Amino acid sequence: MADPIHQFEIKNLVPLGEIGGVPIAFTNSAAFMVATVATVFLFLVLTTQGRTLIPGRWQSLAELSYEFVALTVRQSAGNDGMRFFPLIFSLFMFVLVANLFGMLPYAFTVTSHIIVTFGLAAIVILTVIVYGFWKNGLKFLKLFVPHGIPGVLLPLVIAIEVISFLSRPISLSVRLFANMLAGHITLKVFAGFVAGLGSMGALGAAGAVLPFALVVALTGFEIFVAFIQAYVFTLLTCLYLNDAIHPGH
Amino acid sequence: MSDVKTQAIILAQGDPAVPPIAAEERAATSELQDSAHGGSFPPFESETFASQILWLALTFGALYFLMAKVALPRVGSILEVRRDRIASDLAEAQKLQDETQEAIAAYEQALAQARAKAQAIAAENHAKTAAAAEASRKEIEAALDEKLKVAEARITETKQAALGNVRSIAIDAAGAIVAQLTGTTPTADEVAGAVDAALAR
Repeated sequence: MADPIHQFEIKNLVPLGEIGGVPIAFTNSAAFMVATVATVFLFLVLTTQGRTLIPGRWQSLAELSYEFVALTVRQSAGNDGMRFFPLIFSLFMFVLVANLFGMLPYAFTVTSHIIVTFGLAAIVILTVIVYGFWKNGLKFLKLFVPHGIPGVLLPLVIAIEVISFLSRPISLSVRLFANMLAGHITLKVFAGFVAGLGSMGALGAAGAVLPFALVVALTGFEIFVAFIQAYVFTLLTCLYLNDAIHPGH
Repeated sequence: MSDVKTQAIILAQGDPAVPPIAAEERAATSELQDSAHGGSFPPFESETFASQILWLALTFGALYFLMAKVALPRVGSILEVRRDRIASDLAEAQKLQDETQEAIAAYEQALAQARAKAQAIAAENHAKTAAAAEASRKEIEAALDEKLKVAEARITETKQAALGNVRSIAIDAAGAIVAQLTGTTPTADEVAGAVDAALAR
């Protein structure tokens, strides 16, 4: 049976030497990152080539993605949040397209690596912290002091708030990583059942129908998860940025 | 997995310097090492982290730059142009509607004015003809009154004349009657006096 973990392997396509003893290379992961960026950019530029007043299908799609992210930003971070619109849009499109690339057979899923999702989460949290202090100064720390808490409980509540803040990048990155990883392993395992049972004669082939149906259903579900996880990542980013814009609400 | 283990044991046993117990330990550690970089669980292989972080930084940076400088302003301007166009079209429609309302109001005002004027003209004409009719009626009445008076005067005159004739006839008749009855002819003055007395009664 095929190894369900094999698909996550990093392969060095072009070794680029070492930095401080750590090997650096252009890997299959990097290739798909480049493909993701190129796809997002070409999608937005080529579909808006006509710049027509009444959009065609493709232009509608580009406008839809723009307005969808803009709406999410405005609703959860307010109009002040629109200064982060390029960042949030980039995050959404990067995660979404990387997730969808993973649905292609033989493709590599960039977001199934914790280091990548953690890198994206780190961008978000660092933006929150840097912007929070730059805009609010020390008032940003009011984020950890909710209103109307009796003095006795305050140290406990502050401790909880600090821990919850620190766990944000972890939950943000692990959620996306674990969803993509688990989904792809499940797909591979069930697809392995189909191949394994199919090679066992007529009875096996008949038994392979059930896992095959499951693989079809799961593929649809994984495409749904690709969208949902991209949206969840974006929405949480907006909420965290909202904390940086309006702390101590 | 068991394949790997036996292979490791065979390898370890192939080395004469390693005692059998150590070989088993080595098998266990080699299994661990196997899982560390032999493709067991790639997402936790830390030696690939540097490359991935580097390429993530490069590609995501490029994406951010392309989105912020090229793609988003492009899509945003399309949406803005459309929004402006819709707003101006709506304003134009509103303006045209207002103009239509104005035209309707002006038309209705003109209509009302014309109607009022027509009524005024009709009333004036009516008054004029009524006055003319009244005047001619009065004139005719005056003329008729005049004629009536003349006629009445002639009647009175005729009556007087007739009454005068009656007296002379009565005098003659009374004289003749007295002469026939008494055989004596009274004088004209006596008869005239008696007739006048009778007429005056």
